[in-house]
Amino acid sequence: MIEVKNVYYTYPSGVEALKDISLTIRDGEFIAIMGQNGAGKTTLIKHFNGLLKSTKGEVLIDGINTKKKSVAELARNVGFVFQNPDSQLFSETVEEEVAFALKNFGLKDTMLKKRITWALELLGLTEYRKTSPFMLSGGERKRVALASVLAWNPEVVVMDEPTIGQDHQQKEKLRQFIIQLNTQGKTVVVVTHDVEFVADCAPRVILMAEGKIIKDGLGKEVLTDVDCLDQASIVLPQITEVFIELEDFGLPRNVIDLYEAKEILLRRLDEK
Amino acid sequence: MAIIDINGLSYTYPNATKPAVQKVSLKIEKGDFVILTGPSGCGKTTICRCFNGLIPHFYQGELEGKIRVVGLDVAEHPIHELARHVGLVFQNPENQLFALSVEKDVAFGLENLGVPRDKMQKQVNWALETAGIFDLRERAPHELSGGQQQRVAIASIIAMQPEIMVLDEPTSFLDPLGARKIFEVINELNKSLEMTVILVEHRLDLAARFANNVIVMDKGNIVLNGEPRAVFGSQEARLLGVGIPKVTRLYQVLEDENKLAGDRPPATTKEIVSLLSEVLKK
Repeated sequence: MIEVKNVYYTYPSGVEALKDISLTIRDGEFIAIMGQNGAGKTTLIKHFNGLLKSTKGEVLIDGINTKKKSVAELARNVGFVFQNPDSQLFSETVEEEVAFALKNFGLKDTMLKKRITWALELLGLTEYRKTSPFMLSGGERKRVALASVLAWNPEVVVMDEPTIGQDHQQKEKLRQFIIQLNTQGKTVVVVTHDVEFVADCAPRVILMAEGKIIKDGLGKEVLTDVDCLDQASIVLPQITEVFIELEDFGLPRNVIDLYEAKEILLRRLDEK
Repeated sequence: MAIIDINGLSYTYPNATKPAVQKVSLKIEKGDFVILTGPSGCGKTTICRCFNGLIPHFYQGELEGKIRVVGLDVAEHPIHELARHVGLVFQNPENQLFALSVEKDVAFGLENLGVPRDKMQKQVNWALETAGIFDLRERAPHELSGGQQQRVAIASIIAMQPEIMVLDEPTSFLDPLGARKIFEVINELNKSLEMTVILVEHRLDLAARFANNVIVMDKGNIVLNGEPRAVFGSQEARLLGVGIPKVTRLYQVLEDENKLAGDRPPATTKEIVSLLSEVLKK
């Protein structure tokens, strides 16, 4: 469980990025954090593995204050995939990249090989095992970064903008993959701007604006709240846009999912 | 005459084993707003690099076929000459920014074109305002966030008002409202100045309504090319896994159930709302 209690964070430059954030993430939850550029989303998630320590307030991971632990210790439980894969990749081959953290955690020989093979297969990277990460495309590098984190099987996976540069099919794979992690009981936290991706995943959604949480709830509630979305610089999902326009026909406003939309419209049209 | 005319283009990067694009032919007319899409690695970025001569002058490699841009044969004219006509906004803004201040970065292209000082200042200010970064003009580009850097990259291209603007996923780091505003600015330039726009994009929900043409590439070939509604509605687009807008998908699932019919599937919210209003009224 991650507990954020009245957290403030001010950067050395004086910018106050987080203002009194309180939030509880239970084990096995799937959460999307959304909001305008500069709202403090990345600053907030960097508190989850101790990369940043709050200026005021505290962050507890499974009851332990992150100020009392090193990032290395916290990383075992909380895996972090950065927005830009280049800030996390450095090895000569994809295999070594994935092996790096595993070796640090003391894995050796057969066990080490097994975990690497598993992670590469999971993300469709097996053919690149001996390739330099820097020869790969942006989308592929992102998957290497993800593989290197998942290989050590952390309980919490935090991803910053995982859909950037990914085409439609890769996004669909990512979505199924997150659902799979989630059914294994892992906690997944995603920071994203991708409204349609969130509408497809329908997780718990947290909206941020100017260093504060302005709304926290089910995808269906949050992504259909016009005023809050506007404040957070997010647009409505297309399906919601359609249903709000059709409100005069007595249709519900809070629809985000394509298939739910289909069912509602079919039922209505069959009544006629 | 087409403003971009590509005939039988095949290109292989140095040391690559297979061509990145194969026998591509393509015409784009002045004032078109084209979306170029397709799975990662399909050759979209490679095609964009041909428009301003980065291929073949910078990347070298093996080139076959002819590329004519504003009537100039790209292979025979240097990049700096083509850059007067074609502005390119890269996928990763960090690769494009280098000056010590945002204002200098935006002015750089105009300085090279030899624009007089007072006119330059006016155009730089206009571009900064239009891209929503006037307040950042004295900041260092490398200190800005990814989204802000993308705005700087866009401002530095629109400042020159090129005849052709090529944008490779220009809003990937921007929040959705910011992205929508940038697309509106680009649309405005397309309509008022007849600027030809080529937009490489995976997220078609936001951009589809501005385009009059959609080109889909796969494995180095152009597989679909036409009016957005016709392309989105095609079986091939579904099979290729193109990011068809949700409103088009909604139309398709209702059409499959024989509940909606029309000549062409809708590409915008407005279009599907008017179709649905009709059947709900009955």
